[in-house]
Amino acid sequence: MNFTLKIWRQKDAHSKGEFKEYQVKDISSDTSFLEMLDILNNDLVHKGEEPVAFDHDCREGICGMCSLHINGHAHGPSQAVTTCQIYMRQFKDGQTIVVEPWRSAAFPVIKDLVVNRGAYDQILQAGGFISVRTNSVPDGNAIPIAKADADESMDAAACVGCGACAATCKNGSAMLFVAARVSSLAKLPQGRVEGARRAKAMVAKMDELGFGNCTNTGACQAECPKSISIAHIARLNREFLCAKLED
Amino acid sequence: MGCFLTNSSLGRKLVMSISGCFLLLFITFHMAMNLVAIFSADAYNWICEMLGANWYALVGTAVLAGGVLVHFAYAFWLTWQNRKARGNVRYAVTVTEKGVSWASKNMLLLGVIVFLGLAMHLSHFWAKMQLVELMGGHEVVLTDGSVVAPTDGAAIIQYTFSQWYNVVLYLVWFAALWLHLTHGVWSMLQTVGWANDKWYPRLKCLSGIVATLIFGGFAIVVVWFYVQSLCGGCPCCA
Ligand code: HEM
Ligand code: FES
Repeated sequence: MNFTLKIWRQKDAHSKGEFKEYQVKDISSDTSFLEMLDILNNDLVHKGEEPVAFDHDCREGICGMCSLHINGHAHGPSQAVTTCQIYMRQFKDGQTIVVEPWRSAAFPVIKDLVVNRGAYDQILQAGGFISVRTNSVPDGNAIPIAKADADESMDAAACVGCGACAATCKNGSAMLFVAARVSSLAKLPQGRVEGARRAKAMVAKMDELGFGNCTNTGACQAECPKSISIAHIARLNREFLCAKLED
Repeated sequence: MGCFLTNSSLGRKLVMSISGCFLLLFITFHMAMNLVAIFSADAYNWICEMLGANWYALVGTAVLAGGVLVHFAYAFWLTWQNRKARGNVRYAVTVTEKGVSWASKNMLLLGVIVFLGLAMHLSHFWAKMQLVELMGGHEVVLTDGSVVAPTDGAAIIQYTFSQWYNVVLYLVWFAALWLHLTHGVWSMLQTVGWANDKWYPRLKCLSGIVATLIFGGFAIVVVWFYVQSLCGGCPCCA
């Protein structure tokens, strides 16, 4: 298969970027999107040009390191997968593919398609943890947890923190990410202890870092590679408002 | 406590949600009140007199104006912050994500249309009714030269909607409100945390019903009086 790629190139955080066009030829339909970029980079290196910088790590949809806005979609045109899990057979032969970095004021571009997602780490540090005694490991089954609660917690915990939600949101809001983190802990007894403090601290950090106000468009859940539901945002709203009313 | 309504994104959203809910309640009442005009001009004018220039109607008007201002001011404030959060460089390619309504992404635009419609509406009615009473006036001269009492709401309705361009303008206005509410109603519940996966389809359906009832209730009065004006004094409507 052959493709025309329009890729955002930007030397560093301070330079002005622009789209550059590249042709890739004879790509097997079973090549993954990132492998296709590897092939392009191989060509570029051979030609003595600077390869395209992009983020990736596990390449199996679990680490959340890959990103990319592909033809208008975070993580490409498929639903419920990360960029590393899409294959060239999902595109048409001869198609033009536009590849952009995440666009959000809180995720500044570092180089080409790589953005700084440190803001999400800072939000996590503000409250995405539980405090436990460092002692012998407690019995995992000592506290019974209803199956429905455990399931909901696990659904929220599927968030890989890739940033697609804020990158997709027209308001640059990080609510889906924060909601997933708050919700996965709020549904478990271990996480309840610090529930109120967590919701307030993570929301405050999110605001401080300049993320926008959610207007419930639902675009985040549509583009989330882990299909995290905005029902978790409703829970975050409850957690936060209840915590504030107690103040 | 007071300040989280201004300095926290969720607090600001709460203000949006509560002020939206307040406006929704008012507008539901207003729609129901208008329907009375179809059935009886006297009954309608009795309501108009009750809501004329007396202290409780004035307090009501002031609270309502406050609600609109808060909703309006927060709408611009939130949207301004959101644009800043989005950053200066925009995507070259954008799509409508699956399941995302046009209205949800254009609430400010729809709100501004609603606001402009409101200004038009106030000039048509409030300025000829409560305002005139406040200024101590006892009669209003309509653009066609006829004179009516400021408490004769039914006559002013009849006059306003005998003009086709007013009918068109009002229907466009109601359509914008309809779109605003198809998203607004369930969004307002989501904002206070009153939603979950089981309830999204129900809440979205409810929003559609509420928005449509409000649209229908307002539109039918406008259309009714326009149709009546067309067939002028014919025996069936006289
Ligand atoms: C004055 C003109 C208006 C403007 C500029 C405006 C603007 C907005 C904006 C920007 C939102 C936020 C969108 C969101 O959070 O989803 C919103 C929400 C809402 N508006 Fe309005 N609006 C106006 C008038 C009205 C009126 C007259 C009503 C009631 C009939 C109304 C009811 C609502 C409701 C129920 C919400 C949902 C609140 C929420 O999401 O938490 N709005 N409006
Ligand atoms: S590279 Fe790990 S999720 Fe894509």
